[in-house]
Amino acid sequence: MFHIYCPHCEDHREEEEFHASGEAHIPRPLDPQSCSDEEWGEYLYFRKNPRGLHHELWVHAVGCRKFFNITRDTVTYEIKEVYKVGEKPSVTSSEKNQ
Amino acid sequence: MEKYSGFGLFTHSLSCHENWQRVWRNPQPKKKYDVIIVGGGGHGLATAYYLAKVHNITNVAVVEKGYLGGGNTARNTTIVRSNYLWDESAHLYEHAMKLWEGLSQDLNYNVMFSQRGVLNLGHTLQDMRDIERRVNANRLNGIDGEVLDAKQIQELVPAMDCSANTRYPVMGASWQPRAGVARHDAVAWGYARAADALGVDLIQQCEVVDIVTEDGAAVGVETKQYGTIKADRVGCVVAGNSGVLAKMAGFRLPLESHPLQALVSEPIKPVLDTVVMSNHVHGYISQSDKGDLVIGAGIDGYNGYGQRGSYPTIEHTVQAIMELFPIFSRVRMNRQWGGIVDTCPDACPIISATPVENLFFNCGWGTGGFKATPGSGHVFAATLAQGEASKLAKPFSMFRFYDGSLIDEHGAAGVAH
Ligand SMILES: Cc1cc2nc3c(=O)[nH]c(=O)nc-3n(C[C@H](O)[C@H](O)[C@H](O)COP(=O)(O)OP(=O)(O)OC[C@H]3O[C@@H](n4cnc5c(N)ncnc54)[C@H](O)[C@@H]3O)c2cc1C
Ligand SMILES: [Zn+2]
Repeated sequence: MFHIYCPHCEDHREEEEFHASGEAHIPRPLDPQSCSDEEWGEYLYFRKNPRGLHHELWVHAVGCRKFFNITRDTVTYEIKEVYKVGEKPSVTSSEKNQ
Repeated sequence: MEKYSGFGLFTHSLSCHENWQRVWRNPQPKKKYDVIIVGGGGHGLATAYYLAKVHNITNVAVVEKGYLGGGNTARNTTIVRSNYLWDESAHLYEHAMKLWEGLSQDLNYNVMFSQRGVLNLGHTLQDMRDIERRVNANRLNGIDGEVLDAKQIQELVPAMDCSANTRYPVMGASWQPRAGVARHDAVAWGYARAADALGVDLIQQCEVVDIVTEDGAAVGVETKQYGTIKADRVGCVVAGNSGVLAKMAGFRLPLESHPLQALVSEPIKPVLDTVVMSNHVHGYISQSDKGDLVIGAGIDGYNGYGQRGSYPTIEHTVQAIMELFPIFSRVRMNRQWGGIVDTCPDACPIISATPVENLFFNCGWGTGGFKATPGSGHVFAATLAQGEASKLAKPFSMFRFYDGSLIDEHGAAGVAH
């Protein structure tokens, strides 16, 4: 059970108020018309799915309904940091391809 | 291999069952194999068995980082059915169903396959429309199925509340009589024993840490315990860890790994002799031969590799079961656990070549791959033997996510496992 800090409400709330929305920082193609099938496929479906640090998007679904990011370890489930959309994570993995 | 039989059971009883042969060898890995299967779950072991049996390729190793069947294979709730909506998936799961029907004989191992039928309940008009569509599609594909109304369901399952007084009254269901359950770890052990007897090396406690490549082609695996083991072809069947293996090989998959939980109650007297699933209230239940109620529902929404999930998910699961079976409200739960499932965007598996030559993946079975174990192994063995996707496997290429030919089983097939 997670106890999650919402950076908008500035308060810790229980996991059930939130909804995990998957990998964060996936930029929308700047020029969609010129994307190849591979580029669209990668954008829509392919994910890093790391075993370890994961930067992910959450929404405070039954609270303020705003989105924000979490850096979390997908093995220990420990939440390392919470930061707003548009901000950069400060906890990052040193592994390649992350 | 010592053949199991009633007579054997009797003769061994004369020596107090102390002289049974070991079920499989524990060999040291060779330097090189024709095929290495990474992952000793049901799918990997079935793949190895059919490679040896159907394709005569016996220079095969299965490398498993833990113990055989210790992944999702022995963590699942064992529902087996083939009533999927789309032709591609219906054919694949029905192929598995046909193999299930002769599996205990084929393996000379009792996998306790019990065709006790599966009900997929409908609680809304739209549920019922979807159910009728799916049952019709199933019948056109030669798969058994019927649409039942609430009264017929009540006769089949007296313990369930099919009255109009519930919050989400049961309106009807699809009923697949040939569906049912099987003993999950017996499936892993049966395939392991039969594959070993045909010469396959089962190497446990051997973790793959890298895919060894030369000129863009896989030539083996790097393991933590035994160093490099070479192979002409490598097949990865590692369920929730598929993304980790793909990363080693330098590409990504359209998968995310999530915890999926299940729980069992204390054993009680026989009360439920079929499998009941409901997508709408979102839970499913059956009763094992030991008497415990086997209960499950949906994934935890976040990515996770921890083989455990959160309590709210269990709470929702139990709420759904209470809605259907108020009679179970005083039954105590005994154990709860999680597995890591590799969910695919279209809720269909990936059985596929990859950007790396001679490297193949069989994954993406997510929450519902146990039922496919024999079929998955059978078609993946053909794929590895030929070096290209076999007929039934072809639609399940990972590249379908580039050209858009997804097989959208979400919801349509009552896809809860
Ligand atoms: C709680 C739960 C309930 C389920 N209920 C159902 C159900 O009712 N019906 C149904 O059809 N399906 C169900 N499923 C899904 C089903 O269990 C899986 O789809 C199926 O068992 C996958 O089999 P597998 O052999 O591919 O994977 P696994 O059994 O997980 O085997 C993969 C193996 O790979 C090994 N491995 C991983 N990484 C490495 C490495 N680096 N090196 C070496 N080995 C490695 C793992 O240790 C593991 O043993 C359920 C799953 C769960 C978790
Ligand atoms: Zn908030």
